[in-house]
Amino acid sequence: MNRTLDDDPAIDLKPLLEIIDEYKNQRGAVIPVLQRTQETYGYLPKPALKEISKRLRIPLSRLQGVATFYAQFHLKRRGRHLIRVCDGTACHVKGATKLVNVIEENLELKAGGSSPDYKYSLEIVYCVGSCGLAPVVIVDDRVVGQAEPDKLVRQLKRIED
Amino acid sequence: MGKVANLESLQQVYFEAIPLLANRRAQGGPAEKPLNGKCDVLICGGTGCVASSSRDVREALLVEIERRGLKEDIRVITTGCHGFCAKGPLVVVYPQEVLYCQVKASDAPRIVSETLIGKQILEDLVYQHPQSKERFPVYHEIPFYRHQLRLSLRNCGLINPEDIREYIARQGYFALGKALTQMSPREVIEVVKDSGLRGRGGAGFVTGIKWEITQRSPIRPKYLVCNADEGDPGAFMDRSILEGDPHSVLEGMIIAGYAIGAEAGYIYCRAEYPLAIQRIKIALAQAYEYGFLGENILGSGFSFDIYLREGAGAFVCGEETALLASIEGRRGEPRPRPPFPSVSGLWSKPTNVNNVKTYGLVPQIILNGAEWFRGFGTPNSPGTATFALTGKINNIGLIEVPMGITLREIIYDLGGGIPKGKAFKAVQTGGPLGGCLPAEALDTPVDFDSLVQAGATMGSGGMIVVDEDTCMVEFAKYFLTFASAESCGKCVPCRIGGRRLLEVLNRISNGEGKPEDLDEIEYISRNMKEASLCALGQLTPGPVVASLRFFRPEYEAHIYERKCPAKVCKGLITYRVIEENCTGCMVCKRNCPAGAISGEKRQVHYIDPNICERCGICIEVCKFDAIMIE
Amino acid sequence: MMEKATITIDGRKIQARYGQTILQAAREHGIYIPVLCDHPALPPEGACRICLVEIERQRTLQPACTFPVSEGLVIYTHSPKVIEARKFSLELLLSDHPLDCMTCEATGNCLLQDLAYEYGVTGDRYQGEKHQYPIDASNPFIVVDRNKCILCRRCVRACAYINGVEAISVFYRGFNAYIGFGADSTMQDSPCEFCGSCVEVCPTGALWPKMAIGKGRPYQLQKVQTVCAYCGVGCQIELQVRNNRIVNVVGVENAPVNQGFTCVKGRFGNDFVHHPDRLTRPRVRKYLLEGGKREGKERGEWVEVDWDTALDLVSRKLVEIRDTYGSDSIGVLTSAKCTNEENYLMNKLARQLIGTNNIDHCARL
Repeated sequence: MNRTLDDDPAIDLKPLLEIIDEYKNQRGAVIPVLQRTQETYGYLPKPALKEISKRLRIPLSRLQGVATFYAQFHLKRRGRHLIRVCDGTACHVKGATKLVNVIEENLELKAGGSSPDYKYSLEIVYCVGSCGLAPVVIVDDRVVGQAEPDKLVRQLKRIED
Repeated sequence: MGKVANLESLQQVYFEAIPLLANRRAQGGPAEKPLNGKCDVLICGGTGCVASSSRDVREALLVEIERRGLKEDIRVITTGCHGFCAKGPLVVVYPQEVLYCQVKASDAPRIVSETLIGKQILEDLVYQHPQSKERFPVYHEIPFYRHQLRLSLRNCGLINPEDIREYIARQGYFALGKALTQMSPREVIEVVKDSGLRGRGGAGFVTGIKWEITQRSPIRPKYLVCNADEGDPGAFMDRSILEGDPHSVLEGMIIAGYAIGAEAGYIYCRAEYPLAIQRIKIALAQAYEYGFLGENILGSGFSFDIYLREGAGAFVCGEETALLASIEGRRGEPRPRPPFPSVSGLWSKPTNVNNVKTYGLVPQIILNGAEWFRGFGTPNSPGTATFALTGKINNIGLIEVPMGITLREIIYDLGGGIPKGKAFKAVQTGGPLGGCLPAEALDTPVDFDSLVQAGATMGSGGMIVVDEDTCMVEFAKYFLTFASAESCGKCVPCRIGGRRLLEVLNRISNGEGKPEDLDEIEYISRNMKEASLCALGQLTPGPVVASLRFFRPEYEAHIYERKCPAKVCKGLITYRVIEENCTGCMVCKRNCPAGAISGEKRQVHYIDPNICERCGICIEVCKFDAIMIE
Repeated sequence: MMEKATITIDGRKIQARYGQTILQAAREHGIYIPVLCDHPALPPEGACRICLVEIERQRTLQPACTFPVSEGLVIYTHSPKVIEARKFSLELLLSDHPLDCMTCEATGNCLLQDLAYEYGVTGDRYQGEKHQYPIDASNPFIVVDRNKCILCRRCVRACAYINGVEAISVFYRGFNAYIGFGADSTMQDSPCEFCGSCVEVCPTGALWPKMAIGKGRPYQLQKVQTVCAYCGVGCQIELQVRNNRIVNVVGVENAPVNQGFTCVKGRFGNDFVHHPDRLTRPRVRKYLLEGGKREGKERGEWVEVDWDTALDLVSRKLVEIRDTYGSDSIGVLTSAKCTNEENYLMNKLARQLIGTNNIDHCARL
């Protein structure tokens, strides 16, 4: 709390204005707007929140409250590749924790954070509904089933930008 | 396609659509006349099978069919989930009704040449029973399917969910036509009430009564919400229906909208279900195109709209008032009920909230009558229950069974029992807010009331089986960790109580448990249940309470003997090399991430318990069974 | 809705009105139900679970602050189950609370403390994780100590429903939830207007007026009820005075005009009272007192006089100007600081006595 967010880069607001325009007459469309904003910028930059607040006349604190409530939203810049390790029941039983440990160690990041070069971000998610393939890791939008730690790390390191 | 203007033109569309399904056969349905020389190849396009590369299989089949010039005779159709996810990707060949499991893209040429052309069955792709080794080539004869009764899932895996005509060919939207043209809203509600349908979201409230309360409110507008925020880890019933048969849910919603006099409906679906969302979007577009949504539906004068909202990752939004707050663009925090949403819901207007499966069953009830539905299941819980079967069980997947079936039948007849000959220990129903039942309860019939009586809950349909290797303290701790992390933080008992309860459990599993901790667990649980604002807080202690009730000695062993009987809790176990078995091959030493293993080549190794992180890698890699847990 | 419902509270049959909550009905009949997150000026929240009561045929305990009355409800406000649940919630709150009542500003004026006392809860039941938040003292008026916050959300509701600013919201969720401002900035950098309504409703020491810190315990303060002098609205305020100095200002609860709330000026803008430059007696120019005329541009020195002298001088000069130059040579400018009654009298003075319509008002402060 009370973080100074000086790491917020200047962002191009043009795509954001289009999103706001699309939803400005829809009642209660706060979450869709934030979702589209995150799709565009990869996270929810503070200047974007301020712009949404101003144009949709939604108090900033309410936006911040919503953005921090839902696990989907990110207020910090994220890596170019998103690694999501499922820790749902089936995956947990089949060694999801081990996968997380190995990824953290090898890619120099912590769950919920990004690697120093912003190449990877790691998240732990609950059940992606592919329990038959446990343990499951989703790399960007690709599902890796029955993931094995060593093989997975090799795959991850091979990802090109 | 123009709009379907009335019931007669719906009939017309139906007759035109029938040939699409002529080759296929639903479970227990009449054998329809196959079209001469034509085949349908169904590829599962559910999330599970897509994850195991069913799209590659489809591409390979298409290439092979094209190469052999069979495009006219063989249709390749992507369906929704068949439920048998552990064996995916699944391919079903009609009219023979042969199911192939774990199909790879490289199998495509064989399937085309041997089965589609040669009418021969590829034995190696056929399902084989893990114990009896018997092979079952025919889809509906596989034990996993044979014991099922598929009402909610009747179209899942049978039709192409992206083609509304295939749904219509299954008499889709006929119930809507019947309701709009031959029934008054009151009559619709009476039928749903008579059917005894209870909400499939978990609590089991009688659907017809809920509709009636909303219908009676003089306040307008009214809204309708479909709760598709299926957040239980290990549960995917709603997702499968939305992926495999989205129109049944839309049709149920439109009928409900007509019955209660709502002007619009919202589907609130988890964002973690991209495929389901895509299929809903396609289905919505088609329903508007055909005129089942929008203005003056089927010429009845009734108008209705459905909007899709994606959740943003909050388990508590499965709670109806939290879900409504989320649709309104606020934090997904529940509020005290009463007033219930049927009185004051979305934007403070009367709102009917039902689960995906509840809406999905409505069209069949309207079409076949209340009597028909009451013919299944038990008097107090008519119909079927849909479960996502997971954990230590052979047949992981999605099942639908008549209410009243016993847990034993589900686990052993459908589920194929416990893998690797291990012993069954417990089954958790009701997801992370439910409870576990021990072996003694296996003959409990599965229905809303019996499960509660036994100490668990129906929940929305997760069923997790665990074997003897599972520590019930750690199992309960896992669910508690999940549920307390999902607390919205609004009310005190859930926000802080969940954390304190978890701290007690952590203490016990770390070997620091105190004799008074069991009383403490009961005290916190009892009061969380009484004092929390919503079901999440009230039911968060559920798994702990149930496991303490049925597996108390296991808790006591952790506290008094400082032992984890299942040898799971890291604070209470030590890894040790069995000297007689160790060959000094050094595999464990090389693989140990903590560097806790010492020993020279061909010398007995030693694990330093102070460095060992109890990750279990050494046991997995040892080929000589030379490492044990104490 | 005026329809009556007969309900039974603790064995006593009472007539409640439909549309009332159990808490409202109980209060009307003098039945005590403790509350924490509920505040009479704010919509109910149902978050703290202190007002839970046992209602026959309800599956769990229910919050009296939100549960609507209906015919035939049978309610117990202090059954063993209810008392245990209240203690439970208090124990939990105290398990994540500093327990530094000895030095806490709110001691003696803290609802949490009162309830802990009432239920004999000491705060040592759990030794679990406790939050350690930095204190936000970035602005001149309000000190924010989240360690003392119990997340009752009174401040959130006051900011939204009383002041309409919505500068305050709950951020994050579950055990990690906390009260935040703007886009999680300091209070200073948020859209907060420092009306202090949040301070007014805060039941603990989490939000505290900076000026009052270290100035005395409630029993050491003399309480003076008065009307705010800032504008004509007439908000009732209570000055808390020690050694003849104002150390704090709070709104008077249930005051007809302001219901206990004030604006930033009324609550925090009182440093002028003790300012050395403040005029406390009238002054006039020396030449006026001597009956002479102003010479050149200099207006001469000020002389302190009594009110009669000063007012005599003013009325004499006004009459003189009116008689010499006519009524419309005089204009009257009154102030938003005056009450309606005072402004009415000024209007009478201008129009009837002086005979001019040249009267205006500063419109706002």
